Amino acid sequence: MIFSRRETLALGLGAAALGVLPFRVNAATEDAIAEFAGGADVGEGGITLIAPEIAENGNTVPIEVDAPGATEVMVLAAGNPLPGVATFKFGPLAGSQHASTRIRLAGTQDVIAVAKMADGSVVQTSALVKVTIGGCGG
Amino acid sequence: MISRRDFLQASMAASAVVGASGFGNWARLAAQQALTQDQLLEFDTFGNVSLIHVTDIHAQLKPIYFREPEMNLGVGDNRGLVPHVTGAEFRRLYGIDDGSPSHYALTYDDFTALAREYGRMGGMDRVATVVKAIRAARPDALLLDGGDTWHGSYTCFHTQGGDMVNVMNALAPDAMTFHWEFTLGQDRVRELVDGLPYAALGQNIFDAMWDEPAEHFKPYELFERGGTLIAVIGQAFPYMPIANPGWMFPDYTFGIRDENMAAMVEEVRGQGAELVVVLSHNGFDVDKKMAATVPGIDVILSGHTHDALPEPVLVGETIVVASGSNGKFVSRVDLDVRDGRMMGFRHKLIPVFADVIEPDAEMAAVIDEQRAPFEAELTEVIGKTESLLYRRGNFNGTWDDLICDALLAERDAEIAMSPGVRWGPSLIPGQDITREDIWNVTSMTYPNAYRTEMTGEFLHVVLEDVADNLFNVDPYYQQGGDMVRTGGLGYRIDVTKEQGDRITDMTLLATGEPIDPARSYVVAGWASVNEGTEGPPIWEVVESHIRKQGTVSVGQNDSVTVVGA
Repeated sequence: MIFSRRETLALGLGAAALGVLPFRVNAATEDAIAEFAGGADVGEGGITLIAPEIAENGNTVPIEVDAPGATEVMVLAAGNPLPGVATFKFGPLAGSQHASTRIRLAGTQDVIAVAKMADGSVVQTSALVKVTIGGCGG
Repeated sequence: MISRRDFLQASMAASAVVGASGFGNWARLAAQQALTQDQLLEFDTFGNVSLIHVTDIHAQLKPIYFREPEMNLGVGDNRGLVPHVTGAEFRRLYGIDDGSPSHYALTYDDFTALAREYGRMGGMDRVATVVKAIRAARPDALLLDGGDTWHGSYTCFHTQGGDMVNVMNALAPDAMTFHWEFTLGQDRVRELVDGLPYAALGQNIFDAMWDEPAEHFKPYELFERGGTLIAVIGQAFPYMPIANPGWMFPDYTFGIRDENMAAMVEEVRGQGAELVVVLSHNGFDVDKKMAATVPGIDVILSGHTHDALPEPVLVGETIVVASGSNGKFVSRVDLDVRDGRMMGFRHKLIPVFADVIEPDAEMAAVIDEQRAPFEAELTEVIGKTESLLYRRGNFNGTWDDLICDALLAERDAEIAMSPGVRWGPSLIPGQDITREDIWNVTSMTYPNAYRTEMTGEFLHVVLEDVADNLFNVDPYYQQGGDMVRTGGLGYRIDVTKEQGDRITDMTLLATGEPIDPARSYVVAGWASVNEGTEGPPIWEVVESHIRKQGTVSVGQNDSVTVVGA
C-alpha cells in the first residue's frame, strides 16, 4: 500500500487542530472584563456585535461592534490562548462608536464585546462563532 | 404540529392574511386515480400577483424517480414540525390517502410499487408546460429559480453548466440565486452570470477582500407586476465556502447576514415595494428563523433542503414555501396585494407527473439539443440493479451504500465516507444502471476519490462535526445536508446531545471491534473540500465496481443506531 503525501491531504485535515467542545467564558476572560469594568456592574443592551455564525476561515473572521455613546469597546475571544483581541477608544469628536476588524479564532468559541459608556456604565454582548471542518450541503 | 385547518385559522388570526392551498384538490383527484393535466394545473387565479417557484433542479432535464426521505429529523424547536415529518405521519397530517399519487410524490414508503404505477416525475419539458399554463392565466407571473440549477448531471458537468443555462433561458425566469453553481469556479460563474438575461441575486454574496456586496450579484430586483411593485431579494446558500471548496471561489464570502437582509427589506420598502419576496437557498429551518428574525418579509421561497410541502408554513405574517427538488414540483403562489401589503394568498404545489403532463415541444427540442453530443456516453448500460437505489434520508441510503462498497473494494480501504448530499435521483428494481444514472448521483467538480489514513479519534471528530451541522438546535448553525455516509463503520448517534457527545459505539464492521482512538484506519472517500485532493473521480470508481458486479443488490443497512429521534 503506497500513497503519496498529497493523497493524505484529504477530508478536513484542518480539523486536526480543532477541539470538539466550544470554549465559553473562562477565568481569564472574566478577569479581563472585571478589570475593564473597573467595579461597575456589567449590563446588557446598547451594544451590537456582528459575527458570522460559522466562520469560513478561523484565521480571519470578520467582526463588527457598534455601541452608540461608548468611550471604549473591548473585544475578547474567550477560547483563544490569549483572549484579548482589541480595545477601541472613541474620543468626544468620534462621529460614531463603531469598529470592524478581522480576528483569529483557535476554535469554536464565544466572541465577547464589552463597552464602557460616557457615564461609566458597562454593557456586554457575545456571539458564538463556530469553526468547523465543513461538510456537504444539499 | 399545525394541522391544515389550524394553519388556516392561525393565518387568519395572526393577521389580515387569508390563505388557501390547492393541495387538497389534487390529493383528492389523485385518490380517484383520475389524474389529468388539467386537474394538476387547475387553479382559480387569485389576487393580482402570481409567483412561480422552481428550485434545486440539479440539472435533471429528463423525468426521474426520486424517493423522498424516510428519516428527516428535526431538533430543538423544529422537532416534529414539517418538514421533519415523513411517511404515514406526513400523509395523515395533510390528509393524503395511502396509495394515492400524492403518497408516491411526497412520501417514501411503498416507493417501488407506486413508482411502477405512477411513473417518473419532473423533466424540464413538463416543467415548461406547467410554467406556460400559469403564464396563460397570468401573463406577468414572476418565475423565480432558487438555485442548485447548474449542477448534477453528466451533461451539466461536461458543458460546465451551459446546458442548464440554455434550458433555463428558454424557460425565461425573472431571477435566480445560487449554491452549487459556484463549484463551477468563480471565473465560469461570472462568465455565465454576465450572459444571463435575468437577475442574479444574493444579498449575502460579498467580496471576500473588502467584505462589501459583490459586483456581479445584486441584492434584489424590483418588478412592477399587476400594478404592484414587487421586490425579490436573493439569499444564496450561506455556507458555501464551508460545505463546498472555498478555493474554487476565493473572491467571495457569504454567511446568513440577517442584519443586511433587514436593511435590504427596509431599503426596498423605502423605494415603494408593496410585496417583499425572498428567493432563498437557506434551507427550510433557517428560512423559518429568518422569517421570525427579519421583519417585513411577505414570502420566502425556500430551497436547499429539498423539502416538498403541500402548504406554506406561516411564521408571523410571512409564508414560507418549499417546492421540492429535481424538477418534481412547481409551486404557484397567487397573492392579493393591496394598500401596500399582502392581504391573502392561494398556493399550490404542482406535482410534475411526467406521464400526465404533456412535454412542451419547444423545450423538449432544446433539451435534446443539449444531450445530443453526449447521447452514446449517457445511455451506455453499466449494470443492472435488483434493489431500489435512493439517497435521501438523514443517514445511509442504498445509493450511498453502493458507493461506499465501491470505495471499500476499489480503493482497498477499511472505512469509506460519502458526503451527505441531498441530490441524486432513485432507480427502481429491475432498471438498468446507465452512465447517466451514476453521474446523477456523483457529478461534481471535486470528485477525487482519496485514500488516506485517519485515527479513530479523528474519525470521531469528523462524525461529531458533521452531526452538529445537521443536528445543532439553532438552525443558523446548520448547513442543510444529511449525515456523512459511512461504509465499514457503524456507530450510535443520539441526536438530542451536544457536539462531542452524540456519536458513541463506533465499530469497525469487518471485525466487530470497537474503533480504537489511537489506531490509524485506511479511509477512502470523495468530495473533499481541500485543494489538491488526489485520486480517480468517484464516477470511475463506482462504474468499475458496478461493471464487476453486473447486477447489484444492496442489502439492509443497520450499521447506524439512531437515538432520540
